[in-house]
Amino acid sequence: MLTFIRKRSVASLISLVGLVILVFFLSRLTGDPTDLYLPIDATDEMRAQFREIYGLNDPLIVQFGHYVGDLVQLDFGESIRKARPAIDVVLEAFVWTLQLAVITMALVTAAAIVVGSLAAFRVGGFFDRVSGVLSLVAASAPDFWIAIVAIVVFAVGLGWLPTSGTGTPWHWILPIAVLFIRPFGLIVQVVRGSMINALSSAYVKTARAKGIKTRKIIFVHALRNAMLPIITVIGDQAASLLNGAVVIETIFGFPGVGKLMIDSILQRDFTVVLASIMVTALAIFVMNLLIDLAYAALDPRIRH
Amino acid sequence: MADHLLEVRNLSVEFHTAGGVVKAVNDVSWHVDRRETLAILGESGSGKSVSTAAILDLIDMPPGRITSGEIRFDGRDLLKLGAAERRDINGRRIAMIFQDPLSHLNPVYNVGWQIVETMTAHGQSRAKAQAEALRLVTRVGIPNPAEALRKYPHEFSGGQRQRLMIAMALAMKPDVIIADEPTTALDVTVQAEVLALLKELQGETGMGVVIITHDLGVVAEIADRVVVMNAGEIVESGTTRDVYHNPRHPYTRKLIGAAPGKGEMHAPLSTAEPVLKVRNVMKTYGTFKALDGVGLDLMAGETLAVVGESGSGKSTLARILLRLDEADAGEALWKGRDLFRMSPVELFVLRRDLQMVFQDPTQSLNPRMTVFQLISEAWVIHPEILPKAQWRRRVADLLAQVGLRPEHANRYPHQFSGGQRQRIAIARALALEPELIICDEAVSALDVSVQAQVIDLLNRLRREMGIAFIFIAHDLPVVRDFADHVMVMRKGRVVEYGTVRQVFEAPRDPYTQALLAAGLDPDPDVQAARRAERLSVRA
Repeated sequence: MLTFIRKRSVASLISLVGLVILVFFLSRLTGDPTDLYLPIDATDEMRAQFREIYGLNDPLIVQFGHYVGDLVQLDFGESIRKARPAIDVVLEAFVWTLQLAVITMALVTAAAIVVGSLAAFRVGGFFDRVSGVLSLVAASAPDFWIAIVAIVVFAVGLGWLPTSGTGTPWHWILPIAVLFIRPFGLIVQVVRGSMINALSSAYVKTARAKGIKTRKIIFVHALRNAMLPIITVIGDQAASLLNGAVVIETIFGFPGVGKLMIDSILQRDFTVVLASIMVTALAIFVMNLLIDLAYAALDPRIRH
Repeated sequence: MADHLLEVRNLSVEFHTAGGVVKAVNDVSWHVDRRETLAILGESGSGKSVSTAAILDLIDMPPGRITSGEIRFDGRDLLKLGAAERRDINGRRIAMIFQDPLSHLNPVYNVGWQIVETMTAHGQSRAKAQAEALRLVTRVGIPNPAEALRKYPHEFSGGQRQRLMIAMALAMKPDVIIADEPTTALDVTVQAEVLALLKELQGETGMGVVIITHDLGVVAEIADRVVVMNAGEIVESGTTRDVYHNPRHPYTRKLIGAAPGKGEMHAPLSTAEPVLKVRNVMKTYGTFKALDGVGLDLMAGETLAVVGESGSGKSTLARILLRLDEADAGEALWKGRDLFRMSPVELFVLRRDLQMVFQDPTQSLNPRMTVFQLISEAWVIHPEILPKAQWRRRVADLLAQVGLRPEHANRYPHQFSGGQRQRIAIARALALEPELIICDEAVSALDVSVQAQVIDLLNRLRREMGIAFIFIAHDLPVVRDFADHVMVMRKGRVVEYGTVRQVFEAPRDPYTQALLAAGLDPDPDVQAARRAERLSVRA
């Protein structure tokens, strides 16, 4: 187990290094932050001073050397925009995104498993056909459009919910509901397929011959066997939420890491961009590790 | 009419499929009483499992439909009961043991959980169920029972898994146990043990046993009465001895006639120079010695049977001889040249001479290729054999040779029966005009009557084309009918080697003797005599 985690960590570290290099240089291509932060009538002297403070005068490779040097001491640099350590800015936003992702995925998982399993139980039945159409629509719906329509209807039109921001539990409802739709549609279909397989398996026949109740056959005997592909997709979908649901966070003015990233890129706040990427990469790494552990927990054959 | 323990009366079941309505069983009636064992004998597709599936409410409706009949148990018609009442009977009053326990046990729960579940589902307390599970697992002869309960199905051997399945079925002390091909996937010695265990347990509890099988030997060993099924109907029924000695229906006669192990034994051809000389082959996987100093001689046009139980190394030997896997040491001289040291180019040329036919034609034939593509693929790879213009004709010839029709060339494997698919696999092997064909359990998955036909085909090929065979098998009667020489393997070593007559009539090694003794003869009298002998040895 420990060797497995160690191997995984090394592999992930290598890709993280590649990512940092790539993002560091690519983000510099967007231009010089000096032009954005100083007033148009700033003197050349002021500009030079600004560049000096943020180390923008050095050749790129030297800047990169400084950056990496600081990084190994866990110093992610200063945010130009916020004049605070970049990592603080990122972690603050990340906590928002994490909450949003965890709540959304928990709801998606629970709902998709129930709906998908019931659809698989009577293939071609009424429930299966209804959920098939709905999940297909959900999986292919453009979420930015739904987000805007939802704001128009529920916030502007009916006035039931706030349009954007955070503060009360009411603020969470629309972003979660919109983020819920697509993964839900996708995972229902995966659950259905996987459960059809599991329910037609020989051990389910054994369970029926033993006189086990149908509900237990579905949710105990078949489901645990069907979980592996389901978990894979859940992980995949969760990763895209952790990455910051950029569009949805922006539409709802939700202060998550996705919105932070897009703002920082537009403002050339390079340290924040880099720190965001590293934090989310780490989160995704941890999540993948959890998924592997879940595999092993669910299927004894993987443990050996 | 006296009430039987369990009685199926005039049962008809049909399935609605894309190809139309299929009558799975038609007007089937049988019964079983306490302390009695009934065998339902039939080949694949005969509908032998359908009536028991109906008993346990395992037929999915749709696509299945029970069109007539009743199932009497306890003075009630099971088919008239509601789902909850059926569920209450399943596992408690009537229990089932399936073929292939690996897929019929849930892979993600430990066996203790699965055995306990049978009891808790029928209202027993968990503590009591756990104690009983331990007793059951001990009773069916699993070593370290307490630890075994915490293990998962994949951690047991095939025979142990079947014992666990039996323990699970016995948990509620049912009145009837239905066993569907319970020993089909097991080695002969293990099969004998499992059948003996069932018999013993029947003696202890007085339950009625229904055993579904395609194997006359199993019937002879365990059944009091037998019903013979063909194409969804019962063609004959009676006591086991009666049906074996005085079969009235032509199908029964054909089935009994097809049982292998009664023909004339081959006498080896000559003492010419062997075409294949294998010496001292070693192969280990990790710490497991798969092959430990194996050697053999194969004469041109001769058949060598390699016999052994699972884990004996017989399939590893086949893979190594074909260089599908590499030997750790040893040599294999094919006409004087060492197979193990050939370059890839030499090996490529040699592949023409050495072909293989696998156990499961469903898996070894690509389902998306037509028969023509499957057979002619060999000539795509070895274009020097045959100009393309003649492919069609040659494929037709080959199909005729294996007893299929030329127009079959445009069909896909799934449109054929198991026996026909194996013929296609043989035709494919013949396409390269090989001198040696290695058959790895090539007839094991086939029905007895089909098996006989495939063996006839192989015999003819041997006579007419002089092809040598290495025939890997666990089924001794088939080997007896087909082989010239027999090599018995156990745990990677050759324990006995001789002509078929020597090995079958005067086996020297105790393991060979045990193998032969464990084999089941289709004649119930012979089996009864063997059983008596076994008991006297034990006493």
